[in-house]
Amino acid sequence: MSTWTRRWVRDNAWAYLFIAPQILGLLVFVIGPVIFAFVISFMKWDIGSTPEWVGLTNYSKQVSDPIFWKVLKNTSVFALLNIPLTVIGALVLALMLNQNLKGKTLLRAAYFIPVVTSSVAVALVWTWLYNPSYGLINSVLMSLGIEGPGWLSDMKWALPSIVIMTVWQGVGYNMILFLAGLQGVPSQLHEAAKIDGAGSWQRFWRITIPMISPTTFFVVIMLLIGSMQVFSEPYMMTRGGPADATNVLVLHIYNTAFQFFRMGEASAISFILFVIILIVTLIQFKFSKWVNYDV
Amino acid sequence: MSDIQPAKRAEVSVWNSGKNKFLARPLLYLVLIFGAVLMVTPFVWMVSTSLKGEGAVFEYPPKVIPNPLHYDNYKQAWTTLPIGIAYLNSLKIAVIVTAGSLLTCSMAGYAFAKMQFVGQKFLFMLMLATMMIPGQVTLIPMFMWFSKINWVNTHWPLIIPPVLSNAFGVFLLRQYMSSIPKELEDAGRVDGLNPWQIYWKIVLPNCKPALAALGIFTLMGNWNNFLTPLIYLDDQKKFTLPLIIASFQGLYSTDWPLLMAASCISLIPVLIVYIFAQRYFIEGITLSGMKG
Repeated sequence: MSTWTRRWVRDNAWAYLFIAPQILGLLVFVIGPVIFAFVISFMKWDIGSTPEWVGLTNYSKQVSDPIFWKVLKNTSVFALLNIPLTVIGALVLALMLNQNLKGKTLLRAAYFIPVVTSSVAVALVWTWLYNPSYGLINSVLMSLGIEGPGWLSDMKWALPSIVIMTVWQGVGYNMILFLAGLQGVPSQLHEAAKIDGAGSWQRFWRITIPMISPTTFFVVIMLLIGSMQVFSEPYMMTRGGPADATNVLVLHIYNTAFQFFRMGEASAISFILFVIILIVTLIQFKFSKWVNYDV
Repeated sequence: MSDIQPAKRAEVSVWNSGKNKFLARPLLYLVLIFGAVLMVTPFVWMVSTSLKGEGAVFEYPPKVIPNPLHYDNYKQAWTTLPIGIAYLNSLKIAVIVTAGSLLTCSMAGYAFAKMQFVGQKFLFMLMLATMMIPGQVTLIPMFMWFSKINWVNTHWPLIIPPVLSNAFGVFLLRQYMSSIPKELEDAGRVDGLNPWQIYWKIVLPNCKPALAALGIFTLMGNWNNFLTPLIYLDDQKKFTLPLIIASFQGLYSTDWPLLMAASCISLIPVLIVYIFAQRYFIEGITLSGMKG
């Protein structure tokens, strides 16, 4: 072997040594299971019984299942409420905190604290806040002369109640991302625009918003993926009730697989979730012309 | 990193420069403080309820500071379910997963950033592509495999997969390592260090911010993880903290002081860690956002 070949072999050996743990993990814990999940999504496989090939039945069954459509609708409503509320809340907070204020650190900490707490524990706290008879929210409303709804036990309010809690928990995280985005806006741009006579409102729409569009894009994509996968909150607060009003995709997968032990069907639903996330993300990338990367 | 421009910042310019201020200072403070109070209220309500006696919970209007204070709820929460063991279980899992992921992710990140090898581009793209796959897809086959090898009701399914498959971590560290100047490694090579020594002695010490960021994310994510422990663990002695909290809810669904005391016990250490490590949390998020 020439020195060059020997060196090439040695360099490759080192590199594969370095990537070995993660690449093996990728094969065994991601790619392998995904292929296996795809295969069992075409089987009737109830735990304890022998698997049986059923073709597309697990998929076609969903189309005619009203619960599936309800779950899909709930997940979409959750995402459509959660994303704009969190984005607007986080952006407004970031704009307000992106200045020389006294006590800025303390204020920022207050908005950020819910981010680090466990969803399970705060879901329990919010269930108590939402308690129709003795919860803090309805007590406050009562002192204002308003009779509050049943929140989590109310068909109409249950899902929005979970959204409110999710926004409360997630707004601080995204506020930090927007703060970082705002710090990247060069102040020369604002100064130049000011000289040209642009008002602050105009500068906000013409400079700040386009300049932070990469951050906004990132935030929206992450919120979307997160919203599609919401689980702990509805599991803890409502178990999907009342009457499936808060039943969402992942909760539905969990129930199908680990309450009813229909593994094949649950795999099919998880693939539908995957495809939905994929399509919506690709659409976002397709329509991402508003995102301004070149500054 | 290059897209952060620390030199001149656009502070103040958006809201309060020029004649047309969006919000006057006092009003701005008022809004911000009101919002902050709203954010903290659930925690205050949690602590307040956790110190109430059974009857005091149903008083109207509710008192913020209960009289008398019932510390008993904490003693009861601590003794009715093995919350102390759950603490240790959560801590054990989160620490092992964090240390393990930092090692494997930085190793792979180093190879992808600094080495040339056959199939490099393909493997990197493959890894990125798998980041799109939601964890729920792999949940069911993994459960079936792990029940075959008797890993159900052990901590292994909560430790091994997250340590060995963390594409996000590899990506984050690879991006960070790419910005480390090549001269540093060359100096090591001249000194006769092998690739492992270069990685361990030269590259790793230069990635502390990225390692801290990934570490905090991994720690937080695993400490708060709920779905996987819920699926794998049956034995209360093996439960993690979120599972124990969920069990409290199942067993004492209307004993709010007890439930709030349990929540409080589970949240306090996280809040203390946060107060001391706030800077790292913020920097970590900023860093990962920039990369994304």
